[in-house]
Amino acid sequence: MIDKQVKSIDEALDGIPDGASVLVGGFGAVGQPNALMEGLAERGLKDLTVIANNAGFERHIGLGILITRGCIRKIICSFPRRSPAFADAYRDGKIELEVVPQGTLAERIRAAGAGIGAFYTPTAAGTQLGQGKETREIDGRTHVLEYALGADVALVEAWSADRWGNLTYRGSGRNFNPVMAMAARLTIVQAQHVVPLGRIEPDAVVTPGVYVDRIVHVPYGDPPLAVPEGAEGASA
Amino acid sequence: MNPAERSYRRLSRDMLAQRVAADIPEGWHVNLGIGLPTHVADHIAPGREVILQSENGILGFGRKPPEGKADPWIVNAGKENVTLVPGASLFDHADSFAMIRGGHLDLCILGAYEVAENGDVANWTTEHNDRVPAVGGAMDLAAGARRLWIMTSHTTRDGRPKLVRRCSYPLTALRAVKRIYTDLAVIDVTHVGFVAIDRVAGLSRDILQELTGAPLKFA
Repeated sequence: MIDKQVKSIDEALDGIPDGASVLVGGFGAVGQPNALMEGLAERGLKDLTVIANNAGFERHIGLGILITRGCIRKIICSFPRRSPAFADAYRDGKIELEVVPQGTLAERIRAAGAGIGAFYTPTAAGTQLGQGKETREIDGRTHVLEYALGADVALVEAWSADRWGNLTYRGSGRNFNPVMAMAARLTIVQAQHVVPLGRIEPDAVVTPGVYVDRIVHVPYGDPPLAVPEGAEGASA
Repeated sequence: MNPAERSYRRLSRDMLAQRVAADIPEGWHVNLGIGLPTHVADHIAPGREVILQSENGILGFGRKPPEGKADPWIVNAGKENVTLVPGASLFDHADSFAMIRGGHLDLCILGAYEVAENGDVANWTTEHNDRVPAVGGAMDLAAGARRLWIMTSHTTRDGRPKLVRRCSYPLTALRAVKRIYTDLAVIDVTHVGFVAIDRVAGLSRDILQELTGAPLKFA
């Protein structure tokens, strides 16, 4: 019998070494596998490379804790603003940053999960983020070569999971989670609900179980309500 | 100039958002960048079917929720809680950017630090201060949407033009901008440069030109 559910956060994270590359799902406060990130921080891991959309938010939650405790050597993300922990570490030269356009980030991760080595995209052509990359004219437009971006581990937050690892998501909690679930050698899911096999309608499964290795039940409830954004920040 | 001596008034944020919202044709699928463009969502007239996309995986979001009614599971690209309209759909980030990059959106509206007369736009990093560089989805949106409009104040807080001959900040996309809505004017970006198609009441051509860093034509 296949049963991917484990009993504890510690068991879910077992075997992740220092220096691992880690995909972390979530966008804003929604869909963040915070319990798993906090578990990594508890383990005192070092030199992690984290691939995520943002660089955390509050210091005492999720990525903020990993950054504050010095667990992360490098972060690859699209929008590392509004994270005091990251801003401090970056200013002090304690963390490396690679900024990747959000769509290119998603597609690089998707490519890794789908067995595509690289792809051409018009995004970032002619800009600083396209510099030094191979280009090709396709249909009269400059495209930039971008390589697949997989990782050792993916940390995913799901709404419901069964013991085979079939997953559903809630609302905006889907974001990067299904894409990242496909792109790691070890995919670990924290799920709000663990349900019996067959309870998730086949039509409703978003991530098929084949992509998932471990599931831990973390019924934390709702993410915090978003704090309305100020006028800062001009880009998307 | 002493503001009291001005013969014109800059549009407020809401008036600007209202103007932009009114100019979006019904039936268009539109992505709103964070910052100023986000406010357009609250000014689309009820019943007009303009479908808003958010790059974190929503097609069909609506206005801000009423006080106390926010669904914590629904956020827009600016991580603010928003509502879903009937007919909305949810999808993952790779699908969302396939929609964006694949040319399926009629329009994207972004904020900007600078826009050049050839349509270049800079909106992700100034490199001149200690702000962390952050691009988000701006480069994908600028490259992928069928049209790019910019919504911005006409000048910086210290009065420098944001509409310029050439951008000095790192670019987000080259030759991408079609139209600019500012708190003073609506300006098309054409093969002959900036063409002002509208301006606030009481604002002369000369003053508008003075506040713009590249030559203006007037339609």
